[in-house]
Amino acid sequence: MTIPAHVEIASPNWRSQTGLYLFLYPVLSLVAVSMLIPFLWMFLTALKPQADMFQVPPLIFTLSYTMENFTRAWTRGNFDRFLANSMVVSTSITILNLMVTSLAGYAFARLQWRLREVFFVIVLSVMMLPGLIALIPTFLIVKAVPLAGGNNLLGQNGTGWLDSFPGLIFPLVGSGFYVFLLRQFFLTLPKELEDAARIDGSSEFNVFWRIILPLCKPALAVVALFSFQFSWNDFLWPLVIIQSDRMRTVQLGLALFRTQTQINWGVLMAGTAIATIPTVILFLSFQQYFVRGIALTGIKG
Amino acid sequence: MSITAPARGESRPDRKKGKGFGITRQERAAALFILPLMVLLTVFWIVPSLSSLFFSLTNYSVVSAARWVGPENYLRLVDDWLFWRSLLNSAYFTVGNIPLLLVCGMALAIALNSARLRLRYLYRVVFYLPLVTSSIALSMVWLWLFDPHLGLLNLLLNAVGLPSQPWLQSTQQAMPSIIFMSVWGGVGGTMLIYLAGLQGISEQIYEAAQVDGATPWQSFFHITLPLLRPVTLYVLVTSIIGSFQIFGPIYAMTQGGPAFATTTIVHQIYINGFRYFNMGYAAAQSWILFLLLLGLSIANLRLMTRGLDV
Repeated sequence: MTIPAHVEIASPNWRSQTGLYLFLYPVLSLVAVSMLIPFLWMFLTALKPQADMFQVPPLIFTLSYTMENFTRAWTRGNFDRFLANSMVVSTSITILNLMVTSLAGYAFARLQWRLREVFFVIVLSVMMLPGLIALIPTFLIVKAVPLAGGNNLLGQNGTGWLDSFPGLIFPLVGSGFYVFLLRQFFLTLPKELEDAARIDGSSEFNVFWRIILPLCKPALAVVALFSFQFSWNDFLWPLVIIQSDRMRTVQLGLALFRTQTQINWGVLMAGTAIATIPTVILFLSFQQYFVRGIALTGIKG
Repeated sequence: MSITAPARGESRPDRKKGKGFGITRQERAAALFILPLMVLLTVFWIVPSLSSLFFSLTNYSVVSAARWVGPENYLRLVDDWLFWRSLLNSAYFTVGNIPLLLVCGMALAIALNSARLRLRYLYRVVFYLPLVTSSIALSMVWLWLFDPHLGLLNLLLNAVGLPSQPWLQSTQQAMPSIIFMSVWGGVGGTMLIYLAGLQGISEQIYEAAQVDGATPWQSFFHITLPLLRPVTLYVLVTSIIGSFQIFGPIYAMTQGGPAFATTTIVHQIYINGFRYFNMGYAAAQSWILFLLLLGLSIANLRLMTRGLDV
């Protein structure tokens, strides 16, 4: 082979090309470092004492790391409340999504019924809609929920589910993506399992609940992780429906924290770290599920 | 396991018993199983999407009732220079963002697809890390990195003797800066999708090509690239749809400025709908965006499947 090593990048078939690896490792490591530096800089800034903030050139290492910025974000910035709100919202969305999409995915994969294909096409078409097109009418629907937020039976005179937990939760439940993902998984299970249970007289729900679901933990984990991450990071919807300070999710709190006070980079980076840590921990603990889920559906988290 | 598989007819046992309208046990179950999903999709997706067309033909604002105005909102759009500006900015962002996402994502995927590369799982996790972080959190971090006085980027530039740059505070540099941040944050996702695609290509094809004397470049252009075409199409369509809807970083970093240099179409929809409460007008804007995305996706599909037996 007279081909210079760097040309080999084009082919995945580069066994025994030691020269190539000598080139690949530094390049990949450089990319990896540039991916990590913004995160490291965030933590370093958050841990610096206020007195060191305006040093030029900045101190990368200081002997006096402090949690003072975190405490200020936590108490004065209300991040304790924002974090709790996000936890309630994301956990509820995840649990509801698991129930709603697994039931539907099972019906589409395993039950025999007329109009199944028609309904499946409807679900898939909804999945293709850009969320934005529904934004304004969804806002109006949430505002007009009857007998909520001072509304009368016809959904007038009040604010409905605006500025409330149900308003943050329900519009984000039910996704064609998860139905599709779970359906693909259910299709891989052997049909004999259910038929045996049916002969024993189990109800359809019991077949689903006791026989099928326990076999689907990996697929359910993928749905749970994506669902949690997506709702945790969602921004536009909370921005649109939340008015009061105490109902803010952590992303909304973070964005408004920057616009409402003079920028204090130390406290802002502490707040950013608080908003980031939960999904990063989730990702690092369950990364094989993320990878599998993306391979399965091509969803970008 | 003494039970043998039941005869075919057994899974729909009571269709012939004349119960109801010939509704089987499984059909009853299916109706109940899909009911929660269909209710949610109807209330929060189907009805809103259809009714946004209606609202776009009214002058609805939250304080007053909707009054039918026909195509007035759409006619107003034609004369709204800010709307055209926001379309142009969204296109600028998309055109800058997507080629970099595709090329860098594919390059990283090919590099990481090598089984002999140790640490490839570690690299994969690191490259994907920004994608589990919210766009708001990333915006805050990059706002700090881009800070003209104390930001890390200017400090690094100064350290190697280059002058400080205004980054987000200049009309020229604001959009390229946001594009740079988006490529940094999004490339791991493209990489992972390409990796999944690469793993579906059999090693034997490459071996056969090598036996026939193909150079690595030839293998790449005649095997890898054509076989990855469906993946590329998928990434292209989804990232065009995503890029045209960029909002979080715009809201959190520049508020559309300086001098409207970064106001995107979704930012305009947000401002018109929820700051000025011109909801009819904002609905018209979102319909234009929807039609634009639909057109782009169809054009993409046409272009990419041309010459393929699809």
